[in-house]
Amino acid sequence: MPNADHPIAARQLTSIEEVDQGLSTAGYIANRQISTAIYLAHHLQKPILVEGPAGVGKTELAKSVAAWLELPLIRMQCYEGLDESKALYEWKYGKQLLYTQILKDKIGSVIGESDNLAVSLDKLHAFGDIFFSRNFLEPRPLLRALEQPAGAVLLIDEIDKSDQEFEAFLLEILSDYQVTVPEIGTVSAQVPPIVLLTSNSTRDLGDALKRRCLHLHIGFPDDRLEERIIASRVPGIDKRLLKQLVSFVQQLRSLDLKKLPSVSETIDWAKVMVLLHTTVLDVGLVRDTLNVLLKFEADIEAADKQIAGLTHKAQGAAGLV
Amino acid sequence: MPAGTEAAVPRSSASEPLRRFLQVARGAGLRVSAAEGIDAARALDVIGYADRVALKDTLGLVLAKTPDEKALYNEAFDLYFKHEALAGKDAAGDAADGRQHRHGEGEQGGGEGMGAGGSALSELLAEDDRAGLATAMETAGRESGVENIRFFTQKNLYTRRIMIRMGQGAVEEETEALRLGGTAKGIERAAMLEARLERLRDAVRDLVERNLLLYARGENEQFREEMLKSARLSNLERRDLERMRVLVRQMARKLAARYAKTRHRRLRGQLDIRRTLRKNMGWGGIPFVTVWKQKRIEKPRLMVLCDVSGSVAPMAQFLLMFLYALNEALSDIRSFAYSGSLVEVSDILEKQPVEQAIEKIMSTIGMGSSNYGNALADFEDGWMKYVTNKTTVIILGDARGNNNDPRTDILARLSQRARRILWLNPEYRSMWGSGDSDMYRYAPFCNLVTVCSTLRHLERTISDMLEAAS
Repeated sequence: MPNADHPIAARQLTSIEEVDQGLSTAGYIANRQISTAIYLAHHLQKPILVEGPAGVGKTELAKSVAAWLELPLIRMQCYEGLDESKALYEWKYGKQLLYTQILKDKIGSVIGESDNLAVSLDKLHAFGDIFFSRNFLEPRPLLRALEQPAGAVLLIDEIDKSDQEFEAFLLEILSDYQVTVPEIGTVSAQVPPIVLLTSNSTRDLGDALKRRCLHLHIGFPDDRLEERIIASRVPGIDKRLLKQLVSFVQQLRSLDLKKLPSVSETIDWAKVMVLLHTTVLDVGLVRDTLNVLLKFEADIEAADKQIAGLTHKAQGAAGLV
Repeated sequence: MPAGTEAAVPRSSASEPLRRFLQVARGAGLRVSAAEGIDAARALDVIGYADRVALKDTLGLVLAKTPDEKALYNEAFDLYFKHEALAGKDAAGDAADGRQHRHGEGEQGGGEGMGAGGSALSELLAEDDRAGLATAMETAGRESGVENIRFFTQKNLYTRRIMIRMGQGAVEEETEALRLGGTAKGIERAAMLEARLERLRDAVRDLVERNLLLYARGENEQFREEMLKSARLSNLERRDLERMRVLVRQMARKLAARYAKTRHRRLRGQLDIRRTLRKNMGWGGIPFVTVWKQKRIEKPRLMVLCDVSGSVAPMAQFLLMFLYALNEALSDIRSFAYSGSLVEVSDILEKQPVEQAIEKIMSTIGMGSSNYGNALADFEDGWMKYVTNKTTVIILGDARGNNNDPRTDILARLSQRARRILWLNPEYRSMWGSGDSDMYRYAPFCNLVTVCSTLRHLERTISDMLEAAS
């Protein structure tokens, strides 16, 4: 395995439990599947396709992996119309232009004393190649990720927003960790990066892409995991408040809402509660802060009727009633 | 398949259980490619078999690629390992027995020993050696290819094959001979053997059923889906509703995806020289950034009129379902439902989940006796003004207006305004024009009149329409 000789990665990825601990030192509380996925991704050198609802920590996972392994995080945000000149490389046109301008005056000396047309053309050709060399190449995220000497974590965010053509273009990188730049040749990674692709499933991804990836689905966490996540993200939160918050949000997720509150919303809400020095949830307070959790007017209205019941149950879960 | 000597070493015989599990996974409806199989093997080399939870997570990461597939996978995994545990337990008992020959096949490394024929089986039966019997059964099952079972009708076939392979014939001969021998002891033994043979047959049938469950679920589903797609909508039963709903949604999504793709392709066109030069003024007119001519895409403006009267009631459910799915997939669509009169239902379809929407539509307007003239008149009053030369009008209905005035004049006016009118009729062509059917009166004003009684018809028609429109 090419990166077995990489000291940091090799030391820290010897078992799934180590991944688990490593991620938690970076502030990411992972479940077993997530740790297994990272572990496998490293050992099989396969990208991970992470799917799941918005706000469950897909992007955060990549950041945490990078922080824990002390690797640079290279992020590429996908959007409609993203093409290889923005994702892979671009020629520095301005610089090329500038150099041609400068060299314009020197053309005589370049061609030299040769009065033979064929000879001077040859010289010009050799000269032209310089303009399409590394010096004039502007590496974009994908190329940069491959060129990192110690490896990297490459985050390809919201791949479902990009076009199908772009998805096809990614295949070479994802399976062989190499890209082809026509003027220069094939660039392959010294140390294959850990690649994470995230998707919110706004469209179905192609089979070819899926086949090359490990597929990790992150759903909403159960109450115990969520409590751990909140406790790690909002340090100093009162234990009983934590229980109430999580229980409330968990119940809220069972309602028929347009957009269910995610972990990131729970974290925000917890921060709000800590700011307000709350220790016990009450109906009025919940009603006032509900807009932190729910982002649609219709959802807030739907939940509003149930607040009293939910709050009561949440208090019960924390042993307050 | 591992060589015989390796079978006893768990690590190197590892690929066999994996291979069988992959088959189970495929049977359950997962699409597992060969490359993914290889990945799974590589992943298992890293993870190992010892930790069941890690094993489950690992294979799930490699094999199942959608939430639906994850659910299927979990089910298949649990089912398979329950099955394996049963077989494994018996095999363990057998290994301790140590009387059997080694047989290279399979992960159990268990004995086979049935090659000798009936006597071995009758011995096992006489001794009531359950572990030995179970192993023999598994082996015979594998040899007769029970994992290839696909339909429940094959249950008896495979049961018989396994029994024969285990040496049922020899046992039967033996009991026959014992009975003919006439000694009391012989007859007693014969009765005992027969009873145990019967018990064995039950066990074998059980094994076959388990295999059917394991390997053939996906196929049965597929078979059923194929059947549903080409069944007449009016003949579908209530219990198929759920499955049908899934199919309808899939179909609509497929159509929408395909349609979006063609739209996209048209976005790449010829070089627009004028705009390219203009854009590159900053670089002294050297074209670094190219601008392409774009063909303006006309979105198909759809207006769909759906009959929900009593005569097409069994179909209306599915038509509405399809309408609902289309509504989700396409942006510019207005939907109407009619029986005696006509109302717009775009709002209902947009805002409510499918069951409630359909229920609401059926309760407000459904089940009446249809009056096409009236419905068309309603349409002309309310919505004719929105029909432009870019609008495609689709009418779903049997054109049976209960002998009311068909008002073909309205349809004539509509056909002049609209780009196209398509009429999808759920009745067979031979029924058109009979009784109160006005189909042939309406037909001259439609660009296309076609039979549409199965999901497949529906898909084909809509797909043609979308392609023509884009």
